[in-house]
Amino acid sequence: MTDVLAPPVVAPPEDLVAGHDHEEPHGPTGILKWMTSTDHKVIGMSYTVTSVIMMVIGGAFAEVIRAQLWTPDNKLVSLAQFNELFTMHGSVMIYLFAGPFAFAALANIIVPIQIGAPDMAFPRLNALSYWLYLTGSITLLSGFFVSGGAANFGWVAYAPLSNSINTPGAGADLWIGGLLLTGFSAIFTGVNITATVFYLRAPGMTMFRMPIFTWNLLVTAILILLAFPVLTAGLIMLYCDRHFGTHIFSVAGGGVPVLWQHIFWFWGHPEVYILALPFFGMVTEIIAVFSRKPVFGYKGMVFATLTIGALSLGVWAHHMFTTGVVLLPFFSIMSLLIAVPTGIKMFNWIGTMWRGQIWFSTAMLMAVGFLVTFLIGGLTGIYLASPPLDFFTHDTYFVVAHFHSIVMALVMGAMGGLYYWGPKITGYMLNETIGKIQFWFLFIGTQIFTLPMYLLGLRGMPRRVGIYPLHTSWQYLNQVSSVGALLVGISTIAFIVNVAYSWKKYPAGDNPWDAHTLEWFTTSPPPHHNFYRLPQIRSERPTWDYNHPGHSAAEHGHHHEQHEEVSVP
Amino acid sequence: MEPPALTPQGVPNRTRRWRRIRRIALLPAAALALAGCGIPNFGASPGATTSSRSVFHLWQGFSVGAVVVGGITTVLIVWAVFRYRRKGDHVPKQSQYHIPLELTYTIVPILIVLGLFAATVVVENKEVADPKTSVTIDVNAFQWGWKFTYPGKNVVVVGQTTEDPEMVMPVNENVHINLTSSDVLHGFYVHAFNFSRYALPGVLNQFTFRAVATGTYNGQCTQLCGLYHSLMFFRVKVVSQSAYATWLAANYNPSAAQAAQSATNQQTSSVVPTKVQKSEGDN
Repeated sequence: MTDVLAPPVVAPPEDLVAGHDHEEPHGPTGILKWMTSTDHKVIGMSYTVTSVIMMVIGGAFAEVIRAQLWTPDNKLVSLAQFNELFTMHGSVMIYLFAGPFAFAALANIIVPIQIGAPDMAFPRLNALSYWLYLTGSITLLSGFFVSGGAANFGWVAYAPLSNSINTPGAGADLWIGGLLLTGFSAIFTGVNITATVFYLRAPGMTMFRMPIFTWNLLVTAILILLAFPVLTAGLIMLYCDRHFGTHIFSVAGGGVPVLWQHIFWFWGHPEVYILALPFFGMVTEIIAVFSRKPVFGYKGMVFATLTIGALSLGVWAHHMFTTGVVLLPFFSIMSLLIAVPTGIKMFNWIGTMWRGQIWFSTAMLMAVGFLVTFLIGGLTGIYLASPPLDFFTHDTYFVVAHFHSIVMALVMGAMGGLYYWGPKITGYMLNETIGKIQFWFLFIGTQIFTLPMYLLGLRGMPRRVGIYPLHTSWQYLNQVSSVGALLVGISTIAFIVNVAYSWKKYPAGDNPWDAHTLEWFTTSPPPHHNFYRLPQIRSERPTWDYNHPGHSAAEHGHHHEQHEEVSVP
Repeated sequence: MEPPALTPQGVPNRTRRWRRIRRIALLPAAALALAGCGIPNFGASPGATTSSRSVFHLWQGFSVGAVVVGGITTVLIVWAVFRYRRKGDHVPKQSQYHIPLELTYTIVPILIVLGLFAATVVVENKEVADPKTSVTIDVNAFQWGWKFTYPGKNVVVVGQTTEDPEMVMPVNENVHINLTSSDVLHGFYVHAFNFSRYALPGVLNQFTFRAVATGTYNGQCTQLCGLYHSLMFFRVKVVSQSAYATWLAANYNPSAAQAAQSATNQQTSSVVPTKVQKSEGDN
């Protein structure tokens, strides 16, 4: 393949390409730039910083929770405070960290560049999304400063516990208001990503040449558009129940409490994949780049992502098996089937590493840590798709352990993404030694923190309890788990230390990882409209093709009988 | 293990490789076969009812599958991570597709999932079956306690938070439970029965236990229900049938039962005035 060596579309202006510290040609700088910018990179950076701060806040809540559970009858926090803590821990982590980080932080920065676009389709809407997210986050957290405290009905806010009789405080209303704001923020981001991917791809960037990260964000954005309006509507109904005398979720007025669960989980289960798919995308990119190979089974992976997206809309009631009012076999088989495309992804990742030349940078370590942790969380998730086993483990620590394996895997994906794309966004590398220390604390800490929880659940410890009966094995396992949580906390501190230590210390260059996709073709950080030039796009790896003529995907693969399958469309 | 065998052309000997992979894959299966009937319990316990035992066996089945699949996947990850560490700067073969392999790892998981689903349905149908019985207990959950009413027997047991009310039931008898809630959601969970079910306001949840071993088992509310959720305990005491009859007679208290009943009616009429949806466990 020599045609990938064709000259650049536009000749690079030498002075601008040469240095990394070139100034933007126009516009304000400093805090004014941050406040007024509609540049997707600035907004993405704001999202990244804000959501990582939310992760630190949510993590701090988790450390207090784990400290409280150190002994069975701990007096560190009161039961009321404990209810607030786990409610806000879950809410901050899901609504304010994992979601926005997944679909709005790195995605905002990377997706337009990966497809050769100058910005998002609707830059001002993008800015609005961020400011809604920030105000929503502040609204939600401000619950701690009102009388009665923050919301305390769990991050799922099950009716009728969340009505005005059982939870009268303003904290609950701030929770609803905050989620309405962040919900609209998410919807607008979904609109923006969908439109950007469909309309702003560079010439040559066909759908099947989009990097997996972009593909996953597209599916995520579509899921956002299908799921988030349902949650937003549900929150408005809940608010009306609380303040305007409607009885949508109260039996007394002829309403149905379980309806809230249907609405919530109709958002909540797609939300699981809204969280997960972007991180899957990050990990896919990282594994391919650091194995120096194309993504194995690229098209299969795209179809797996689409299948996950489709199935995720039909599995919500597996959160409600123990209500006794849902059709068990249907939701069971739908949930079990999600294991198939997820398994395909796992084998795609392994296949990508297979016979590669794996470079264990921090980003790659995080990706491998993701694989192992996600494997544990994925396999234990299969149990929960079976109603009898769900009856057995529902609302116990087994479930807590399962989804913490998953979300901790996602955190590793997020950290991998930061180490991988950080140099592109800032122009500077993070310190690899501190990064590896961070990884080992995070990886080992995660297992020490989650694995005892599985056993706790199997021994009957329910979730969301601030004190527990004195069972020797419960206390012992809780303490092990708390130690793990502490190690995870240390890893977060290591990350903050790394950012401070590496501040503008190690210039990155345009393509420090010998990466594949378009963002690595431009400067680090990219110029205002991202590109001075573009390579020809003839596969999902235009930068690689440009830098490694003669090493296009499978051109020299050993499966000659599949030749027609491997040629790029 | 030696690196993959190469033919002179640099093409790996796939037959030999497959043989090795098959050998690795068979190891856990062989280990299980050797273990014979002694399948490990994977952290769960058989429990004290007929359905808890089938759930336990289902658990074992799922666990064997998880260990085999997880084991193979872990071996593949670990192998890839150690075997394919970067050695030098050359660009590896840029292989991207392998249709037979891709079909395999699509079809095999589908078959596994269908197997798991079939086992699930069998156990589930057993668990939610509603056989005829003469013993019925109405379980009412409230913030933050439990009330166990024995309809027609004039027996009521009520207890809040740390009082740990005790639900007494006979062994080797189908015990029909009518589960309701007076206020918010609660979770009726008996660990030794490997079972939980929500108590929902406005919904009558019904299920059946058949205990096979006498003893006292801890129960607890598992669904967050407000401030004292952590303290909403109860116990289930499974006794012999004669001891059950004795216990019923000893706790015969028409006035208390009537008082509790009228209190319930009052509560119900203020909270649940219109319709009580009836839900069978098996719908």
